[in-house]
Amino acid sequence: MPSPRYWREIPNRFRLEAVRCRTCGKVSFPARALCPGCRGNDFEQIHLSREGTVITSTVLSVAPDEFAMETPYAMAIVETPEGARLMAQLVDCEPEDVKPGLAVALEFRLIRQEGHGGILCYGHKAVPAGV
Amino acid sequence: MRDVAIVSAGMTKFGELWDASLRDMFAEAATEALRGARADHLDAVFIGNMSAGQFVGQEHIGPLLVDQLGMAGIAAGRVESACASGGLALRTAFAEVASGLSDLVMAAGVEKMTDATDVTEVLATASDQELEAYHGITFPGLYAMIARAHMEKHGTTVEDLSWVSVKNHRHGALNPKAQFPVEFTLEQVMHSSMVADPLRLLHCSPVSDGAAAVLLCPMDQARKYTDHPVRIRASGFATSSMALADRKDISFLDSVQLSAQRAYKMAGLTPADIQLAEVHDCFAIAEICCIEALGLVPCGQGKAAAHSGETAIGGRIPVNTSGGLKAKGHPVGATGIAQAIEICEQLRGEAGARQVKGARIGLAQNMGGSGASSIVHIFEGS
Repeated sequence: MPSPRYWREIPNRFRLEAVRCRTCGKVSFPARALCPGCRGNDFEQIHLSREGTVITSTVLSVAPDEFAMETPYAMAIVETPEGARLMAQLVDCEPEDVKPGLAVALEFRLIRQEGHGGILCYGHKAVPAGV
Repeated sequence: MRDVAIVSAGMTKFGELWDASLRDMFAEAATEALRGARADHLDAVFIGNMSAGQFVGQEHIGPLLVDQLGMAGIAAGRVESACASGGLALRTAFAEVASGLSDLVMAAGVEKMTDATDVTEVLATASDQELEAYHGITFPGLYAMIARAHMEKHGTTVEDLSWVSVKNHRHGALNPKAQFPVEFTLEQVMHSSMVADPLRLLHCSPVSDGAAAVLLCPMDQARKYTDHPVRIRASGFATSSMALADRKDISFLDSVQLSAQRAYKMAGLTPADIQLAEVHDCFAIAEICCIEALGLVPCGQGKAAAHSGETAIGGRIPVNTSGGLKAKGHPVGATGIAQAIEICEQLRGEAGARQVKGARIGLAQNMGGSGASSIVHIFEGS
């Protein structure tokens, strides 16, 4: 992934920037040109809370090459208090303990390394709240 | 719009076809389809293919492949909707004939997957690269999330998922074109190696090579090519949010429901009129979700259908008589065409040991990604 492609995503990956539609109230993460709820384009910029709950999850035993050393690991869809949902790896717990409704914190972490140079790519991972 | 018929079909065996290249497989399926109709020309060819660019480093396969038939000059191009590329090729060909733009059109699908070294990563490009794949999720992982959501909401169990695989392998064992024409026991499925909890290896469709092709023409010209035309009654196409996280109900495939509703409306039919269906069982949970979204069983009731025999050959609504993606194989771009071929063989009474008695109306449903696109066709025998 060449760096321009990576740094274009920094607002959502590093700062959890999202938008709330001023017409229908729907929160979109990341920001979009048009609201998927009402097709409006009048947005208020917000930052997602660094917390949420697990909607559903899985534990991967077979992973892409870049993540192969981490198996088994849990992945979850997390909903923030603003109503945005995002995909995140769930760490710092036993993968089989991840259940729907689990309260999590979203922490800024290393996600992967890209290319032969091993460029470090960051984002958010979920950890059980209070850990 | 003109009525459109399928008049001929051809396909390779599905499997790890080490001796065959992308172009070899296409030529085999296409020439079989041309021979079957005794056709010496085509007006256009639409080829469903997810990712020749990544699997074998070859784009621009429309001219490449028709040149293999000695037909350079005709209109030919690739269409793509991930694993639903074959279904989209069929829909494109259907529209081309129905509109009067062309008279004799080939809808084909082809995928050469075993030449690639990073198949999982290539398939993951059918998910949202920035929001999903970046974080380390795979396709089995996305469907595992759908499975867990379905279990949470409807009480579906791993055993329910496993019966789908057992049933489809029983069907596939009767299909000489299948990649894995063998039966598995419930215990073998439930104890196969874990891929993405709760999905195990035998809940997942395989990596496959293969090609399939059908010929379409206006219904009123069909008798020139065959005594047994199969009419395409309807084509429905729909999309959903690309990211699984953005679906309101993660256990429900809304694009499948929407594409089916459009097809039923176009055909003037209801789910009760469907006598057999090929559905997109890329993972066992997908068959359960698809038969619910197609209206073949009530929502939440899909889990018991394979075990009870309701969706087996001889049951109320046989599903995936070909063995489905699970047993027949899933060369992604070819799958949608192969599904149509199975329904055509059934409606022509040519399905041998897999024959559904008296079948006259059949449905094929082909899906892309984690359900971000779905295409439904309804067919009627003559």
